[in-house]
Amino acid sequence: MKELRNSVCIVGAEESDELGTLPHKSQLTLHVEAVRNAVRDAGLKISDVDGIFTAGQHSPATIGEALGIVPRYVDGTTVGGCSFIIMVGHALVALHHGLCDVAVVCHGESGRSQVGVTPRRDTAIPGQYEAPFGFGGASTMFGMITTRHMHEHGTTLEQWAQVAVSTRQWAALNPKAKKREPITIADVLNSRPVCYPFNLLNICLVTDAGGAVVLTRADRAKDCAKKPVYVRGAGEATEHVSLTQMKNLTFSEATKKSGAKAFAMAGVGHKDFNHIMLYDAFTSGPPIMLESLGFCKSGEGVTFFEQGRSTPGGSLPINTNGGGLSYTHSGMYGIFPIIEATRQLRGDCGARQVPKCNVSLVNGMGGMLSAAGTLVLSNER
Amino acid sequence: MELERPLPQPITPEAKPYWDGLREQKLMLPRCRACRRAFFYPRVVCPHCHASDIEWFQASGRGKLFSFEIGYQTFNKAFKVKPPFVLAMIELEEGPRMMSNLIGIEPDPKKIRCDMPVEVVFEKQSDEITLPLFRPAGGAR
Repeated sequence: MKELRNSVCIVGAEESDELGTLPHKSQLTLHVEAVRNAVRDAGLKISDVDGIFTAGQHSPATIGEALGIVPRYVDGTTVGGCSFIIMVGHALVALHHGLCDVAVVCHGESGRSQVGVTPRRDTAIPGQYEAPFGFGGASTMFGMITTRHMHEHGTTLEQWAQVAVSTRQWAALNPKAKKREPITIADVLNSRPVCYPFNLLNICLVTDAGGAVVLTRADRAKDCAKKPVYVRGAGEATEHVSLTQMKNLTFSEATKKSGAKAFAMAGVGHKDFNHIMLYDAFTSGPPIMLESLGFCKSGEGVTFFEQGRSTPGGSLPINTNGGGLSYTHSGMYGIFPIIEATRQLRGDCGARQVPKCNVSLVNGMGGMLSAAGTLVLSNER
Repeated sequence: MELERPLPQPITPEAKPYWDGLREQKLMLPRCRACRRAFFYPRVVCPHCHASDIEWFQASGRGKLFSFEIGYQTFNKAFKVKPPFVLAMIELEEGPRMMSNLIGIEPDPKKIRCDMPVEVVFEKQSDEITLPLFRPAGGAR
């Protein structure tokens, strides 16, 4: 596993031309824009791409066709929003072994406007065992983890709200973020109740967006336009789909396994990070991920979001793009934390730049902590 | 009769004994004959020990409220129960967890607590489908 460390770099990272509410753009357009922009960012051409890694409604074949290329390596692993994080690890292996030379991990989703989207159909399991009781979508699921966490560990609604407040402080510094006005804990607690324990401001945005990253082997990365970001470690795991099958409802085994694998490959420990990106579909997600990754004991993850720790100027900045909560969340958010980590490690983040950012953690979930993907990224070998 | 809830379509073959049982007001669960552990949802290989020798038995219908949410709006167009309603994860006495609704209690987070004892209530939806709902043990209060 260690021979994979630093063998591959992220050399391009970009979003679609626009993010937000985009009824004038199809899902495929958002996706293709993102690939074009990321390839351009790398100083490469679309015709250089020979590996396509994508998840969701578009298969890699659809993207290859839309781009007019014939990739010699494809991967369509779809295990939820973290699929793109997982696929950076898959691209790492494929590139390392020479199965492709320029890989693009890409995403496009018309999550808000639903332009050119295939309607989702219930599969047998949610149709029989969840939908009849009124379950429908993530905001009727993740609260189960959260309510139980409050019962077992004494966490509070005020503590979850702090995650939204901290993340919004970062969004205020990101011109691309959808929601930038400051909020308080009281604003979160007084926002519209949606599904207890979540009010509106505990739940991510729903937007239209695309994003992509380009990877190549370290030897070739030197010739690209931007400073390379090394993939030091990558991990993945899946545990369940339905929450009734999650063994410990307040601790993600998949996240633990994914993190351990990425940290071992990278040869890093918890104290080595100075920037963290965590998939924030709900305010309770990031603290529980920190607990499952072993940064702290169960119940203590929320303390990372106190003023002066995760916030601008803090000792351990978290979700510096403004997260799914305030920047963008198209449905499968996982590509965006990779883009932000890449930008931070390049030093390209302007007002929100984390000083001396050299080792970044990206950790995402698929479904309801069902799947996990972890990356350790660095601007140094 | 207008349906109040989205009903399963289809019922999958491996789950037929479960739905047949509910129609007779019985909560039937699959159990592995090799490791003797019950599981839910129904499937043909035991998720605990991976044996394939599965039997069905009638569960007690008792359990505890493992976790809950309160829906303040409708999340599924076919679901016509008026909000607020309680979305429940039940841990059955026999071990498996299942999703349901908690009824017979005010949908107020201050009045509902994790681990409170609950019992099954059968609610007929159609000639084919009866759903297992749960209420605080000892009946509605």
